[in-house]
Amino acid sequence: MTTLASIRNLTVTYRRDGTEVVALKSISLDIAASERLAIIGESGSGKSTLALAIAGLLPASARIEGHIDWFLGSTGKAGAKAPPSVLPDISPSRGEIAPSSLSSPIANVAGDEATAKLPISPLEGEMSGRTEGGLIERNPQKSLAKPSQPPFLGRDIGFVFQDPSASLDPVMAIGKQIAEVARTHLGLTWPQAYAKAKHLLERVRLPDPDSALRAFPHQLSGGQKQRVAIAAAIAAGPKLLIADEATSALDTIVQAEIVALIRRLVTEDGMTLLFINHDIALAAELAERIAVFRHGRLVELGTTAQIIGAPAEPYTRALLDAHIGLDAKPLLNRAGLHP
Amino acid sequence: MSLLAVSNLTKRYRRGGKSITAVDDVSFHVDPGETLALAGPSGSGKSTIARLVLRLIEPDAGRIEFEGSDFLALSGATLRARRARLQMVFQDPLAAFNPRATVAHVLDDPLRIHDIASRAERPRRIAALLERVGLTADLAPRAIHEISGGQRQRVAIARAIATKPSLIVLDEAVSALDVSVRREILDLLLDLQHQEKIAYLLISHDLGVIRSVAHRIVLLDAGRIAESGNTRAVIDAPQSAIGKALLAAAPRLNRTAQDPT
Repeated sequence: MTTLASIRNLTVTYRRDGTEVVALKSISLDIAASERLAIIGESGSGKSTLALAIAGLLPASARIEGHIDWFLGSTGKAGAKAPPSVLPDISPSRGEIAPSSLSSPIANVAGDEATAKLPISPLEGEMSGRTEGGLIERNPQKSLAKPSQPPFLGRDIGFVFQDPSASLDPVMAIGKQIAEVARTHLGLTWPQAYAKAKHLLERVRLPDPDSALRAFPHQLSGGQKQRVAIAAAIAAGPKLLIADEATSALDTIVQAEIVALIRRLVTEDGMTLLFINHDIALAAELAERIAVFRHGRLVELGTTAQIIGAPAEPYTRALLDAHIGLDAKPLLNRAGLHP
Repeated sequence: MSLLAVSNLTKRYRRGGKSITAVDDVSFHVDPGETLALAGPSGSGKSTIARLVLRLIEPDAGRIEFEGSDFLALSGATLRARRARLQMVFQDPLAAFNPRATVAHVLDDPLRIHDIASRAERPRRIAALLERVGLTADLAPRAIHEISGGQRQRVAIARAIATKPSLIVLDEAVSALDVSVRREILDLLLDLQHQEKIAYLLISHDLGVIRSVAHRIVLLDAGRIAESGNTRAVIDAPQSAIGKALLAAAPRLNRTAQDPT
């Protein structure tokens, strides 16, 4: 198993009305290259915070401890150019989640004078008062070995959100929205980028890609908009695709189509998939491994067969029991109301 | 006699000069104390039917009979009085309520508007309603935005039953809830149905939930009824194309070895 990203002791704290809310507590998790990993949890479990942390999208006010090591391989390939200033505040390279090297594990840092300058304190919960804004540029550290540069959102990570209407620009033709990603991250010319956009619309099976290039989001259905959002997310050929409740606002039939589409694209391109969802049954249909989150903690992690067939934790079992499937015993009988 | 009888209901919308038939000649009935599910994909017309039945919008054609009278002919004070018998719970109670209102305020409104209890008596009635839906009276002074999603949906149900309705329209009322909370809310709804003989018109896209709680189902596709009948008969062996597609798309949990059932 090749690791794509290694998350260590990740703790994320939000500040709200003067009080601190810990959204993620000391999460350690390895994401394997080319795997389909589902993150499951109810509201407040921290699953979306994890997705945002991995993508480097956490708000500046969030306090982040721990680190994520990336093993992206050769990302700076010829022709690819880093986005200049397009996404300055949402790239993990800004140090919100600092690229840490294996040569500087927390233990080595402890006692070091540099400690106070690092966002990771060896003392749990002990943060310097200078974290105001949540942003501390880490001292650049020389990476001795494997960990690669942090990923660029858009180039190395594609992100699909729940509501495609909110993630697409309502007044830009969808062809341009997809082409823009390809142009920015792959260094293509506009005509090349448009050709790529058309090809992507074919890949996400949007009917009539030629006219769809010129369509605006409001002219598409919810499912079609999500297909466009997926096309934009994969336009630069990311290593990792994050789908955060990407099918939750869609009806059952469209949801099944989008899940099938994600599965096909991920397989064809050898992408790693992080599938964030509240529906354990849906996750089980798509993922090879499932991580169950609750109240900001990782409760259980295992293969889909283990989690569904032989859950070790009571909470996982409770989640499975609460699922009302098509083979469930009708609740009507229990209430004395006969169908 | 049916509690609610809908016949030949039609509703058209105009969009960009084109007329779209959202509900096309739909007829169904709901008996006292039963749950009828309306299911179908987005755009099938199920929510439009709910809004027509509640008279939040007016139909282009058709007839709605509720408790033996022509519901569409009612207006003014008679409509208001009859509305007490026909309540609703929506998907998102935060959107349905004033978020800054207190729980007590939300429950006080129907008691006052429908003249159910005197001002002096209302606090006691509010406490009783909260207890009826599994909450405690000390929740009354809290603001709607402060309480959890599950508590909020219980308050929405308490408000719905405050006027002693014979029918409650549940428009995706459990769809946005966490699975563990969803189960509790369904249990509460079934308990209320059992105790108070309330009928439900359940709008949902979740066949698992429908199969679990509804007596009969009407499957809609593009504004028309594709199929209807006993819930388990329809869901276990759908005959219509849309029924088969919905069933095929429903996520399944294959719990092997460890599953005792």
